[in-house]
Amino acid sequence: MGYYQKEIECMPREEIKKLQGERLVWQVKRMYERVELFRKRMDEKGLKPEDIKGIEDLAKLPFSYKQDLRDYYPFGLFAEPLKNIVRVHASSGTTGKQIVVGYTRNDLDTWKDCMARQFAAAGATDEDIIQVSYGYGLFTGGLGAHGGAERIGAMVVPTSSGNTSRQIQTMADFGTTILCCTPSYAMYLAEAIEEAGLKDKIKLKAGVFGAEPWTEDMRHAIENSLGIKAYDVYGLSEIMGPGVAYECSCQNGMHVSEDMFIPEIINPDTGEVLPEGEQGELVFTTLTKEGFPVIRYRTRDICSLNYEQCECGRTFVRMNKPTGRSDDMLIIRGVNVFPSQIEEVLLKISSGVTPNYQIVVGRENNTDTLDINVEMSEALFADDIKSIEKIERKIVTDLRSVLGIGAKVHLVNPKSIERSEGKAKRVIDNRNLRD
Amino acid sequence: MVKQITVFIENKPGRLMEMLKALAKNDIDIKAFSLADTTEFGIARMIVSDENAAKKAIDDEGVVARICNIITIAVPDEPGALMKALEILKNNGISIEYMYAFAEKLDGASVIAIRTDNQELADETLSKGGVKVLNQSDIEKL
Repeated sequence: MGYYQKEIECMPREEIKKLQGERLVWQVKRMYERVELFRKRMDEKGLKPEDIKGIEDLAKLPFSYKQDLRDYYPFGLFAEPLKNIVRVHASSGTTGKQIVVGYTRNDLDTWKDCMARQFAAAGATDEDIIQVSYGYGLFTGGLGAHGGAERIGAMVVPTSSGNTSRQIQTMADFGTTILCCTPSYAMYLAEAIEEAGLKDKIKLKAGVFGAEPWTEDMRHAIENSLGIKAYDVYGLSEIMGPGVAYECSCQNGMHVSEDMFIPEIINPDTGEVLPEGEQGELVFTTLTKEGFPVIRYRTRDICSLNYEQCECGRTFVRMNKPTGRSDDMLIIRGVNVFPSQIEEVLLKISSGVTPNYQIVVGRENNTDTLDINVEMSEALFADDIKSIEKIERKIVTDLRSVLGIGAKVHLVNPKSIERSEGKAKRVIDNRNLRD
Repeated sequence: MVKQITVFIENKPGRLMEMLKALAKNDIDIKAFSLADTTEFGIARMIVSDENAAKKAIDDEGVVARICNIITIAVPDEPGALMKALEILKNNGISIEYMYAFAEKLDGASVIAIRTDNQELADETLSKGGVKVLNQSDIEKL
């Protein structure tokens, strides 16, 4: 299907490498001058910006981590003064504190290009009507897709998430041709369309789905039920948001926008760069980002890279769908959830003693469910129901405020949560979301 | 006041049984019993022959229990007797959280456990109002 910037997307690999090298040198120098933490890490390694002469020096550079965003919360890692930052987004950190990323005007511009490449690859033109059913707000999904859709010149319908009956009515009435949302919501919408008898009125031809793991089976189910082609889009707010990598009509891996990002695959335990094609942790370096640039950021997503040229003509490397995580992050209803966030909430409630708990994630009617079993203890127990219900409600409200999604809390008997080798199994994910 | 044992009952079939089995095994007699339920869990409240032994037996089953004090009164077994006792609480602005009755009578009077939002004041006003408020040794006679 179509390209948005053919001369870049199909650039010979040698030229890509050269461009990456030049941009890397620029970025390293700039960050060394402007970002204290990066300078510190470079100094610790005895590295000066001059030591980085091109792409071949990439592996010398220090890694950066999600924890850094918490340590330098909220704006400590920005490489531009706040007056040049025109937007921030935030997502969940590993604990209660959110992580914040900032964008300059140029950053928003390149982000729009990234997403426009995805839409063009999905066949979108200025004739299309793109409905963005990702949440708008601090989450990068909504506004990220929105920017790219506008850039392509399509008519954007910013429905945001939720209110399914209005979503499908809008889709039918406006004649939406391309849908953007999480794959599980796409499944849910497909069912709702069926139930509402609106199938004949739906004009969808493609969908751009991301922000959570999904399988090939889900893809087929969505494609069949909505009669569309379903494209997988990858991104994370620390790097940019949706559009870091995008799928073409070959549906055989997502092309990383290599003029803006360098991907690497490393061994998550040793940090060593793995040979081409091997599976490991995905690491990104942002080449053009001004507001919040990162060098060798550990995504914790496990995948592999395929440098063979794609049949679509694009030369950009393809990453396969992440097959797992090198940490314990869960993606529930498109939201990143760390067990440590839940633990922190429970710790606060039971005055310093963490009760034993278990997180159970499932999927019912294409919607993720989050249940948290908390072992009852004398510290939590009281003679009156009111106090216990108050604790229960507080756990629910605090979790909602920290995670941004609802959870069901069940109080269970002490020691009833299964333990293996004395340690309770913290997370049970019954969804089977990886191929 | 009288010792009550309160037990957390997880919302799963058989949980109440397990607790009762533990009491039976340890020869503990239940003098009064109530079960409150919510959508998520239940709470059993009991007055038993030996609350410490009961707590230990329940703890050993891996169930959470707590011992607390509760006001227990004896009212004549006649129409209006309970109403009169409760009127004293109402007149003193005390509200009742829960109450339940004993299986056995004490010298022909009905025995009732009452939990209020102000246990000390309830104890005092009931006694002053001429209601027979029981203590632990009275319960042992039951």
